Parts: sequence; C-alpha cells; structure tokens
Amino acid sequence: MSLTAVAMSGGLDSSVTAWMLSRSGHPVVGLSMLLWDQSGVEAHGRCCGALDLGDAKRVAQQAGIPHYTLRMDEEFRQKVVDPFVEDYLAGRTPSPCVRCNTWIKFDLLLDRARRLGADRVATGHYARILNGPDGPELHTALDADKDQSYYLFELKQEQLASSLFPLGGMTKPEVRKLAREAGLVVAEKGESMEVCFVSGGIRDFVEAQVAEHPNRFSGARLANPATLVDTGGRELGEGQPYYRYTVGQRRGLGLAAKSPLFVLAIEPEDNRVVVGEEQELLAPGLKGERLHWIGQPEEEVTVKIRSRHPGVKARVRPLSDGKAEVIFAEPQRGITPGQAAVFYQGTRVLGGCWITART
Amino acid sequence: MHHVYLDHNATTPLHPKAREAMLPWLGERHGNPSSIHRFGQMARNAVEEAREKVAALIGARPLEIVFTASGTEGNNAVMFGLAPADTGHLVTSSFEHPSVREAAARLERGGMAVTRVCPGPDGVVPASGVIAALRPDTKLVCLMLANNELGTLQPVAEVAAACRERGIPILCDAVQAVGKIPVSVRDLGVDFLVVGAHKFHGPMGAAAVWTRKGRELGRLLVGGSQERRRRASTENVPAIAGFGAAAEAAREELEGRRTFLASLRDRFETLLPERVPGAILHCAGSPRLPNTSHVAFPGVEGESLLIRLDLAGYAVSTGSACSSGTVEPSKTLLAIGLSRDEALSSLRISFGITNRPEEIDGFLDALAREVAELRRVAPAGVSV
Repeated sequence: MSLTAVAMSGGLDSSVTAWMLSRSGHPVVGLSMLLWDQSGVEAHGRCCGALDLGDAKRVAQQAGIPHYTLRMDEEFRQKVVDPFVEDYLAGRTPSPCVRCNTWIKFDLLLDRARRLGADRVATGHYARILNGPDGPELHTALDADKDQSYYLFELKQEQLASSLFPLGGMTKPEVRKLAREAGLVVAEKGESMEVCFVSGGIRDFVEAQVAEHPNRFSGARLANPATLVDTGGRELGEGQPYYRYTVGQRRGLGLAAKSPLFVLAIEPEDNRVVVGEEQELLAPGLKGERLHWIGQPEEEVTVKIRSRHPGVKARVRPLSDGKAEVIFAEPQRGITPGQAAVFYQGTRVLGGCWITART
Repeated sequence: MHHVYLDHNATTPLHPKAREAMLPWLGERHGNPSSIHRFGQMARNAVEEAREKVAALIGARPLEIVFTASGTEGNNAVMFGLAPADTGHLVTSSFEHPSVREAAARLERGGMAVTRVCPGPDGVVPASGVIAALRPDTKLVCLMLANNELGTLQPVAEVAAACRERGIPILCDAVQAVGKIPVSVRDLGVDFLVVGAHKFHGPMGAAAVWTRKGRELGRLLVGGSQERRRRASTENVPAIAGFGAAAEAAREELEGRRTFLASLRDRFETLLPERVPGAILHCAGSPRLPNTSHVAFPGVEGESLLIRLDLAGYAVSTGSACSSGTVEPSKTLLAIGLSRDEALSSLRISFGITNRPEEIDGFLDALAREVAELRRVAPAGVSV
C-alpha cells in the first residue's frame, strides 16, 4: 500500500491533518522540517534544536504513526531567509511563505518523502486540489477566511498530483473541534506567527542578518536615513533607512502635511522614499516577473495583489523573459513590489507573477 | 509488525534480573538511604549491595565507587574537578563521547591548554601519539576504552602505564565497553573509570565513577553528604538496585555474551558483501567490541536509509544517538579520515544479547531491498 508523508510543524492544522490521515487506515509517516535552528549548535549539540518540534512528535505518538525530523535549515536559509533579507534591501516587501511552499515544502520535502518511499505529501494548508479535465487544479479553501491558496500559486501540476490538503473542505472551528475530540496535545494552540523565522521586528531581523553575515549581503547600506521626496522629486525631509518602509504605509512618516501622506515607492539606489497622497497610490496595473501558470495560460483573470486583497478583474499580458503586465479593470491601491499577484478564475488558482512595479 | 532493535550502543533493554531488583523499589518498598530508621536502612542496604556488584564487575573495591545519574555526569565530575581549572594541560582524543569532548572544550575556553590526538583510519588512537603529547603541566588524560560509534578499542592500558610513570591521572570513559568485554581497573591501570548501567541492560539514571585510592573525585554537585561527600543528591535507589543486578548478570554472563554477540556480528559481516554489493565495513580489522558493525553504503544517504529501515521494522543508527536525525556528519567518522559524503552514507549496527540469528537474516534482506530502492529513487546519492 502506498505511503503518505504528512508535513508536521507541531501546529494545530498539520496535527489534525496527521490525525485524520492516521484514521484513514493508509500507511502514514510524519515528517518535520528543522528549518531555522538558532539554538546554538556548539553549546547545545545537534539534537536539542529539534526539541521545538516536540509537539509534532507527541501528536505523531497520539496518532500512532512514525515521525522523523529532517534537517533542512541550510536549504531554508538559501531559498527563503536570504531572499527575504535581499528583498527588503532591494526596497521590496517579500512574501516568504510562497517561497517556502515553492522551494521547501513541495519541492525539497516532496523529494525527501519520495526517498523514504512515500508517494505523496499531505499538509495542513487550507486549499483544495480538484481533478479537472487537464489534470489537477488548485482551488480556494471552502472556508474563505482561512483560504491559503494565494501562497500556493507557484506549484506545478506535477506537485499538485502528489499533494493532499485534507483541511481544504473544513473550517477552522471544525478543525479545532476535531483536535479536541481526539485529545491532541495541540488542541488549544493559537495561530502561528506570520513570519515563522522572525521572533521580533522584521526590520530588526533584517539588520541583524546583514550585520551577522556581511559577506552574504553585498552592497547593503544600512544605517543611512533615506530622503523622503514627493512625486515631483522635492525633498521633504530625512526618514529612517529605506528598508524600514513599505508601499502603502501611512503611519510613522513624521511629516506634517495638509492631507495624510502615504509611501508610494521605495528607491534603494537613490536611498529615497517617495511619498504622496492617497489617490496617488492608485495605479491602473502592475508589472511582474517569473510568470507562472499551473495549467494553460489565460488572459482574463481575477487578480489578488496581496493575500487579503478581495481581487479585481484584470487582463494578463505576457512579455518576454517571463515578465508580464497586468491591467486592472479599475485602478488599485497599494501595489507592493515583492508581493505576489495571483490569478484566479472563480475558485480556481491559475497562476501568478511577482510584482516588480506599478504601471 | 515485529520491530527488531539493532541499536544497543544507544541503549539496551532492561535485564529481567535488573527489573526484578528494581520492582520492590517501585512498589512496596521505599526509603531514603540517609535516614536512620528501618526504611532508610533497607534502602541503604540496596545501594551498598549494588555498589559491591558494580565494583566486582570492574575488579574494584566497593568504597572506590561513586554512583552518579549518568556517564556524562561521571565524565564531567572528573574533568571539572581539576583545580585550578584555568591553567595546565589536558590530553584527550579527537573522537571522545560528547560528554568528554564538550567538557574539554569548556575547560579550553576557561584557559586550559588541550591537545586532541587523532585516531588513525583504523579507528584507534595511537598510544605513542597520546604519550608524545604529555607535558610536565599535563593535569589529566581522557581516553575512552571503546569508541561508541565504531566500537574500536583504544590502547588505554599502554597510555595509563606512561601516565603512571609521570604521575599524571588518567580518566577512562568505559561506558561503551563494560558488559561487552572484560574490564578491570587494575589491569587498565587508570585513575578514574566511568560506567553506565543502561548500556548493559541496567536502567537509565544510574552510572558510576570508580576512583583509584589516593585520587580525589571533584564535586560537581554540592549539598548533602551522600556518597561519602563525593556526590550530593538523594540516591536513585530503584535505578541503583537495577544497576547492581545488571552488573552481576553481566559478570556471570560475560563470556557467553561475548561469544554470542560476536557470532551475530560475524554472521552479518560475512553475508553483507554478497547481499549489499559495494558496502564497506569500517575498522573491521581493528581490535573492537564484539557487537558493533559500522558500514558505509556509497551513494546512499544514511539518514534516508535509517528511516526506510525503521519503517521496515529495523532500528539502527547513523552515529551516536545525539547526532541522529540530522544531516550533520559524525565527528567520529570525520576524525578517522572519512569524507563528508562517506560519513553521511554510513550506519552503525550494534547487536545485543536479545537479538536472534534469524533477525540478522531478516535485517540483511531489508538492507538489500532498501539500499537498492534508495539507489533507484535517488540515484544522485548524497545531497547537500
């Protein structure tokens, strides 16, 4: 009988996923990834960093399935953490969870699971995989509040064919209820943090990484305060270092003006942050790179320009080198370089691209 | 599924006699050995009886034995007992157990000079290398009797003789050797020797340091005057009682165990080359424990092989228990000159007295199948 691997983080969702599969009667193995070990290797020895994943081990025991921890911290750093820092240094606001899904969970973990004899990986994502006429399709979760399909837009059909999202048809309260009924030790656990490898402020983390690894992040200018300018290039004053700003940000600019000011663009080369009024955030479209289609390309889509965006009708125009232009049916505000623009058709995720600029 | 345990260097199942000795102390009996009343007297008697049995196993006198909670504690107590700790010189090998290796590193950070003598490719630290490293200010030599990963035996007696001539104390971590081969503190000629119960079918939580008369064991813990003021803490009476019984059983059964373990290992090592072509036995020609095989499977990731074997019902190890489950190559294997890839493709198989010959045959079947399967699904072999 085929073996299914469950990715277990020790959180509520993946624990319930493991529990449900263990009840299905099919062989299941739990796998945890040691992604970001800051325990101090020399002082504690290798085994102790894995203790954070102790909840996953305990749930696996409750579910009666074997469980192993795979060390993937080096790959995680290369594929997720370093690009995250580089994005901030380049004036972008990154989306590390997409990268983690693309490069770690459905690439590296799937590969490792196959080596162990498993032919598919189940995760606790809130999304659905449905069989379509042209192969597996990615769809939003039934629970719209919990939907995580945005973060999965870079998956390929081949990966979807080897993936399982058992929670895609469930609501969060149902999941918690199941955990309580099963008596899982994680039943009362809260939601995980937004960026799992950052415990304090994100910008402080970026600074600490650059300070710790000066050779890894070349050309990083950290300390200099950015010049705040308006859209005409007029200097309005000095602010914080540029990577401490996000497009669309309103608070903390420290500028006096008649109407509220917002960050419109970040220009690291000139160490400038462009600010302006709210209507200046509106743009008719965006430019993107690394255009990806799960199945066939489409022209007419609904695009989400961040995970909580309600979506807007748009036309996708592919350009050369995987670049693309997306033209909205009506102007949108807060187009943030570094975020993903994800294309939908109804509940189905078609693909997407990474935002480089507004148009 | 029947699960076969082939990781006896990590820990061993409890001997029925050890269990029998412990059960009264997990049930109807209780008492603090330091108490004056009859409850205390009974507990005291259990501890002293165990002390005699542990002493007998290593050819020592009972009063030279101090019970500790673990082999790690014993090694730490000897090493951190050096005074003053911020001067002088320490000689050790580069592939000691972490409880010696990390203690040496801490002493080094505190100002002590440390020389780490490397083993040869045969997994044996040359006695001449250790002796050549001795200096007038050398305060301690630490050398294990049997390496926990490779099972290779170290020339402790030869090094101890040279130390004695120079008046330098020597600590022997014998945790992995006791119960598998005869160990005599007199024959070895060392000054401190550490033994752990759970490596030879005793319980976890009981271990001992033997100290030669005239040497002083440093006090790691302060508090009450237990263990003749050498180790404060209420004695772990159930575990110590089990330790004593396991020591007695090991002494009585030692010759039979050696022969039996060697027969299992030889069966495995003889059949291995034809069942798993390309497998490489490490240190097979060296003096070594009768129960340990260390094998490289070139082109196969050891961690994946370990997990596949576990799913198939066979428990083995990629190294010492503390470095399992990680992709970090074993320091011991790097110390004997293996490349990172070779180290990451290796498994330790350690047999025990409860294994049966037909389990070895089943294990070889599983090994042949899983290695072939891994070579098929991950032909690129070891990844970074």
